Formats: sequence, structure tokens, C-alpha cells
Amino acid sequence: MLELVVIGNGMVGHRLVQALCDRDSAGTWHITVLGEETRPAYDRVALSSYVDGVSAEDLTLPSLTVDLHLGDPAVAIDRDTRRITTETGRVLPYDALVLATGSVPFVPPVPGRDLPGCFVYRTLDDLDAIKAAAADAVARPGAGRRSAVVVGGGLLGLEAARALRSLGLSPQVVEIAPRLMPVQVDEGGGALLRRLVETEELQVRCGVSVNGIAEDRGRLVATLSDGVELDADLVVFSAGIRPADALARAAGLPVGERGGVLVDNRCRTSDEHVWAIGEVAALEGRTYGLVAPGYAMAEVVADRLLGGPATMTPEELDMSTQLKMLGVDVASFGDAQATTPGALEVVVNDPVAGTYAKLVISDDARTLLGGVLVGDASKYAALRPLVGSPLPADPVALIAPGGVELGADALPDSAQICSCNSVTKGAIVHAIGDGADTVAALKSCTRAGTSCGSCVPLLKKLLIDSGVQVSKALCEHFAQSRAELFEIVAGSGIRTFSELVSRFGQGRGCDICKPAVASILASLGTGHVHDGEQATLQDTNDHFLANLQRNGTYSVVPRLPGGEVSPAQLITIGEVARDFGLYTKITGGQRIDMFGARVEQLPAIWRRLVDAGFESGHAYGKSLRTVKSCVGTTWCRYGVQDSVGLAVALELRYRGLRAPHKFKSGVSGCARECAEARSKDFGIIATEEGWNLYVGGNGGFTPRHAELLASDLDTETLVKLIDRYLMFYIRTADRLQRTAPWIESLDGGLDHLRAVVVEDSLGICADLEAAMEQHVGSYADEWRGVLEDEEKLARFVSFVNAPDTPDPLVQTREERGQRVPVALGLPGVGA
Amino acid sequence: MTATETTVRWATICPLDRLMPERGVAALVGDVQVAIFRLHDGSVHAVGNVDPFSGAAVMSRGIVGDRGGVSTVASPIYKQVFSLVDGRCLDDADVSLPSYPVRVADGQLDVGLPW
Repeated sequence: MLELVVIGNGMVGHRLVQALCDRDSAGTWHITVLGEETRPAYDRVALSSYVDGVSAEDLTLPSLTVDLHLGDPAVAIDRDTRRITTETGRVLPYDALVLATGSVPFVPPVPGRDLPGCFVYRTLDDLDAIKAAAADAVARPGAGRRSAVVVGGGLLGLEAARALRSLGLSPQVVEIAPRLMPVQVDEGGGALLRRLVETEELQVRCGVSVNGIAEDRGRLVATLSDGVELDADLVVFSAGIRPADALARAAGLPVGERGGVLVDNRCRTSDEHVWAIGEVAALEGRTYGLVAPGYAMAEVVADRLLGGPATMTPEELDMSTQLKMLGVDVASFGDAQATTPGALEVVVNDPVAGTYAKLVISDDARTLLGGVLVGDASKYAALRPLVGSPLPADPVALIAPGGVELGADALPDSAQICSCNSVTKGAIVHAIGDGADTVAALKSCTRAGTSCGSCVPLLKKLLIDSGVQVSKALCEHFAQSRAELFEIVAGSGIRTFSELVSRFGQGRGCDICKPAVASILASLGTGHVHDGEQATLQDTNDHFLANLQRNGTYSVVPRLPGGEVSPAQLITIGEVARDFGLYTKITGGQRIDMFGARVEQLPAIWRRLVDAGFESGHAYGKSLRTVKSCVGTTWCRYGVQDSVGLAVALELRYRGLRAPHKFKSGVSGCARECAEARSKDFGIIATEEGWNLYVGGNGGFTPRHAELLASDLDTETLVKLIDRYLMFYIRTADRLQRTAPWIESLDGGLDHLRAVVVEDSLGICADLEAAMEQHVGSYADEWRGVLEDEEKLARFVSFVNAPDTPDPLVQTREERGQRVPVALGLPGVGA
Repeated sequence: MTATETTVRWATICPLDRLMPERGVAALVGDVQVAIFRLHDGSVHAVGNVDPFSGAAVMSRGIVGDRGGVSTVASPIYKQVFSLVDGRCLDDADVSLPSYPVRVADGQLDVGLPW
């Protein structure tokens, strides 16, 4: 057996070992890994999620069977005798050595950078120290919010700022370049990004540097190059990285001008026994600070160590990034900065919608070279694989709102579908040909879609395009799709799950088909959701008519139609929250949520709310959540229609309506769009002539804007169209399918939808309207339904043998003057 | 778990007809939280009420069903499915809920806890 020593236990080193173990079936290599940190390898890309409560264990990468020495870094390489010496004095001989030491944070040499309260942002230990310091700062007496200075407005700096904000501090970001994310984003994109992330809690200063940091009465003061002094409780440096190449330098290995161990196209250093991968490696003199190029290098070295021919070039290393930064979508791919000679740039900059899109194309305008997307990155998955390929359409149309939608068939075989794992369309099509017929199968045999997951929709499209019959079966109990079951239930008159499963399915159901059937039954107007056997079908939210939170308590949300609420109602909400010790928060949908209610408290809470005239807001259901509104003509100088009146009417019309997924609406009184109606499943914007109706906007994992269905409608026509649209969605969408992907899935998309619900091409509009009328006529408040029924009330107990004993596992503490849950200690798994 | 009557102490919980078919209830026995389910076929099963994935005491509120013929309950938090027969998690072989014996005497439901 040959000896391989890997110095460095980060993501790239881990990937190398994993790739080698997977392929070394002959057992050629015995592997030893040396890690400087005392923790096992973890997902550093997701580091920031650590402050949001994701545990170090959750971030840990799968363990591998190698000799792993943690907390024992290598201190010397003797290349003549091929031996490594570690800090504890271990001596390890090697036949091959891989340097995967990564990088160290760059801290500019300013006075005061070593003061207590100054941190870098690189490891879990760094984050532990930052968390502790932030907690100390927040706990310190005195008025005002605690603040932090983040030095560096790149990718990591913005992540650090977000993390500090979620730790309760107000971050100020200082970036020496004239814009944020200078490496990934161009000037126009950077300007929009800055506008989108700038809030009262996050301030940005570009074009200035930090001259020094000083202590001042227990806090810090950072002096900037423009003379401004910023008070801070913490300073976090995230001003870039430097290759951790000291060990290699000491061993006499040549390094690049800007650091990094020089490697050739096999990732081999000048010493044939020594390789370097990831951030410590300089390929053709250049280093790469992202994980995807590091992974690609790891794959090359794994192949080489087993005698393979793999090589790589800088052009093949994907520097694309896509992320959601402080709630803003940002993506950058290929030659984003247009450095190719003669490159042309096509820009669509929509400051009103808050989107910026740029494509970089070759001088003959035929080949896509790269691009930048800010505000809406939904086209990233389709555009990035086209880099280096002929443009399939006019470049403006590719990025314009409502322009060309690219399908998977537009991509050449060489297009990289999964950039995290360098998987081409050709490789995926090949795997499909070899029998991979599900996304899960594609993931396991090609690794595509296993890292960031942004390419999964494309994997699905490729499967469908290749003619694979993707099963429509809802679950193991029903071979039918949700839409087919809807037709069966509607047409057969079956009104119980038992009858449906015995006649059209098998077994006794599960947590997938039962709630789906419950939703179908509710859409068909079959009484209270707890009546008879229906009670057994409901997901916990619908079973308790409240929204389950992570510690097992529920939130209670009364309906505030259109966001309108009277002073007396506000007082009632306040009194209820105070008397039951509920955490109270105004949410994005213009509702007041009360969190932390235990099961046995729910009926008493509802009683008070119902007595004050409130109804259930259905915040728990796959149902209409809210209709948001601005103040319209009632108060606003610019409003052209009564947006509040319409929002209230629509919310009352569709209250309690169950659907395949939760859905929301908004009504804006003018084109200024204060109600953000175009991010809703259906949104209405007032015009001088009437109403414009937009459909298919979603705020889910892949947010997208709604598209115009019809314009300048009178109110009666508008309501009729919404009735038809919603009922058509409820009848034909898949389980948990939001409106946007549903419209996309229709053959003909939005045009087909318009034909059906506006032009009545299928002749079903009267039927759809009648179904909605039936719903509107049969609506009853579900909370009241429980309060008036002793049998239903009997379910709302903590313990069947101790009905009023609170769950002892629910504990709270105080934060910012309100009660919040104490994080639950997990009991030993398997106990 | 293969507890037998000789190694458990029985605690009376409630009348059997307090349990609705295919829904669970939570019970507190000393400081142990138990989730008890009455199935479609009339059988009764008891497992731990604390979801091992979230730490919340919510298993009694999950949806009852079957997977491959095995009676199951799905955690309402992150939806992992557990066998009601022996408490095994069917989505993660390393995880399980404790499982408790049950009996019905004079219409009263008893749960057996280990001594």
C-alpha cells in the first residue's frame, strides 16, 4: 500500500479523500489526514447558518474511514526523505502529499487590529467567539442598539454583516472598492445591491478604508480614511483571504507572485510527489477562493493518484456564484466583469422592480461569456450553463421581464448543468440513457444537484425531455395524481378518505395523501375540517387550527382583512398576548402573529378573539393567507383606486379557501406598488381605468414576479377572473405546487391559462365560478366551530390524563422585552 | 423493545373510548411523555412523545398511516416517519422512539413503563 498524506481537513481536502475512497477499489492508497482545527470537516460555505441555530453537527461532512489527526497540524515537510512532521512530533512518511491547507483571513495592517473585540470570520471557533462577544455587547446596560463594523463588503463581509444582525447588532459595512461584492458584481449591479441591502440596521460605506481602531470606554472606535469615526462593540475583518502557503514556502516549493503554491494543469507542484488543491493552489499563477474550483481540483488529483489522465485549465474552473444575500438574490457567472477583449454588455436595469441583469457577450454578439443578476436570479440556472455556447435568442429577450424562457433543450451537451460538481448536460443525458429515471437516481450516479441544488429544476426538465415517464403517483397509497384524485372525488360523490382509499387506492394512507385528500374535501365544501373522519386527515396545523412552531407550541393569527384593524381590536390583541404571555410580531403579510401558545391554551385564546369579532386568519392552512394592501385613494396622494376596500372584499371572499399550497394576494392603489402585489399568487394594481390582474408571483424558494393576465378590468370582471383562476388552480395543480410552477407546468403556460380563464376556451368557466360561489356561501369560521362543539374542544388538552398540565419541555426566556422559547436540548437519539 | 408484564409498571391513562381512531393523544406518566394511538383496526400503540429530530414533544400530533404495510406516525415537525409497532424511524435507521406495551382492562387503557 502507498502512503498518502493530506494536509488540511476542509471541504476540498474532504472531497479529495471522498473521491479517492470511492474509486480506489484496489486499495492502492492508505490515507492520513492532518487537520489544524479540532473539529471534523464541516461545510464552511454554510458557516453563517451557525448563528441561526444550525448546529456544528449539522454542518459536519460525512465521516470517512481514514487516519484522521485533528488539532495536529503539519509543521514541516522534508521533501528529500518524504516525511511530514506534525506539531505533536508525529512523523509520517509519504509517497504522495496533497496540500489542502486553504487560506487564512487577510487582516489589513491597521493599528488596533489585535484589540479585544476584533475578529476574523473563517471558522466555527471564530463564530463562537463572535457570538459570545455579541451576546456580551447586547447584555451590556445602556440605551441604544449595539453596533458592529464589518471591514470588507465582499461576499463574506455581507454574510458576516447578516450574521451580526441576527445576533442583535447593527452592522456597518466598510468596503474599500466603490461598490459591494466588487469581485462578482459590476457597477450597476453593485449599486442596486447596495440599495437593496441598505436598511436602518445595515449601513454601507463604499470607497473608504479603515485607518485604525482604538479603545474607547469599553467599546471600539474605527477611524475611516474619510475621517468618519464609527463606534462599535465588535469589528469583524472579512477583507479577503491569503493562501495558507507558509508550510509550502518553508519546504522550498515555488509560489505565485500573489501567493499560492504553483501547480500545473494536473494540480502537481514542482515536486512530482506533492500536489496542491483548493485555495492554497495557484493554477497558472492564480488562486481561487470558491469551493467549486477546489472541488474540481480535488477530482483531478483523485483521478491522477489512481493513474488517470485528468487535467484542468483556468477556463474550466467555474467562478459562478449564486446566493441570497440579506434577502437579495445575487448571481454572477462566467466573465461577469467583461474582461474578454471586445466583449459587449447588454443590461436591463429596472430600479422600480429592483432587478438588474447583465449579459456579457462576444464581440460578434454570438457567444455568451458571462453575466450578473441582482434582485432576481431566477434565470441563473438556465443562463449559466450557456456560457461559452452560442446565444439561443436575442440577448435582451433573454434577460428582459417576460422575455424568452430557456428550456433544457437549448443547452449544448457540453453545458455544465451542475457547476458545484462539474456535471455536464451530456453526462446527465448519458446517465438517463443508462436507466437513471428519477432526480434521486441522477443525484446518486452523477452527483449533480447534491451541493447547492439550484440545478434540480433543470434535472427534472432533462428527465421529462428525454421521455422518461415521471410517475404521477401521489404516494404508495394512490397511483393517481392530485388532479386526478380531485376529479375522482368531485365526480364520484365519495366524501370520506376510507371509501376513497379502499376503492381507488391501497393501505391506510400517510402524511402525504391524507392532507392532500383533506384539502380536496375542504375545497369541495364538506363542512368543518374536524367533522367525522376528516379530523384524522389533517396535518397538525389544520388539526389544531394554529401554526406549529419548532418547540411544539403554536402561533395564533386572527384575520385582519386587507391589513385593516380597529383600535379596539388592537387593544384586544394586546391584552390577549399579554394575558397568555405570547410573543407578538407584525409579519410581512400585514398580520399580527402571537407565538408560543400551548395546545391547551388555544380555545381560551380563540374565545377572547372571537368575542372581539375576530375570525381565524388561516395562517396554518394551505389556504388563502393574506390580501395585503396599501392605503389607496382613502389617504394616499397618488392612489387611483380604493385598494383597501378591494383587498378587504377579496380577503373575505376567499377566506378559508383550501388549495394545493398556501397562497397570498396584494392590492396596490397605484403603480408605485406599495403592497408588492406582483410578488403574490394573484396581485392587483390599480390603473386610471380600473385594475390590472397579475398571476403566478411567489415568495417561495425561487421567488418570482407575477405576470399580467388581464388589464383595465372593472371590479366585477376582476373578481370573476380571480374566481376562475383560483378554482382552476385548486382543481388541476399538484400537491404542494405553488401557482408559479403550476402555470409553468401548463402546456402553453400563461397563454393557455389566459385562454382558459379569460376566453373560456375549455367551456368550464361557469362551472369554476359556481364552485367558488358555493365556497363563498358555505364559509364558516373554524375557530368558532371548535368553540361551539364540546367533542372538538376535548382534543385541545396537553395530556389526556392531565389536561391542564403544561408540556414541561416548553420553556421560555425573555428577549427584547418579550418571551421567546429556550432552544430545546435534543434528547439522545435512539434513546 | 420486548418488555413483558413482569418488567414494567402499568399506569392507567384514560378510558379507551377517549381515543379517536387514527389520531394520537399525549399522556404524562411521571415525567415521561407518551404518545398513544388507536388504529383503524382497533389496536393501540404507545411510543415516546418526544420527536428525536426536533426535541419537541409532538409525536402524538402526527398523522397516522402505513408504509409498506407497517403502521406509522409521521412527526409533524420535519415529517420523519416512525413505526408504531416498534418505534423505529423508517427514514433514518440510527434513530428510534421508545416503544411501550399497552393493555386494556375494564375499558381502561394502561401503558407499561420500564421499572
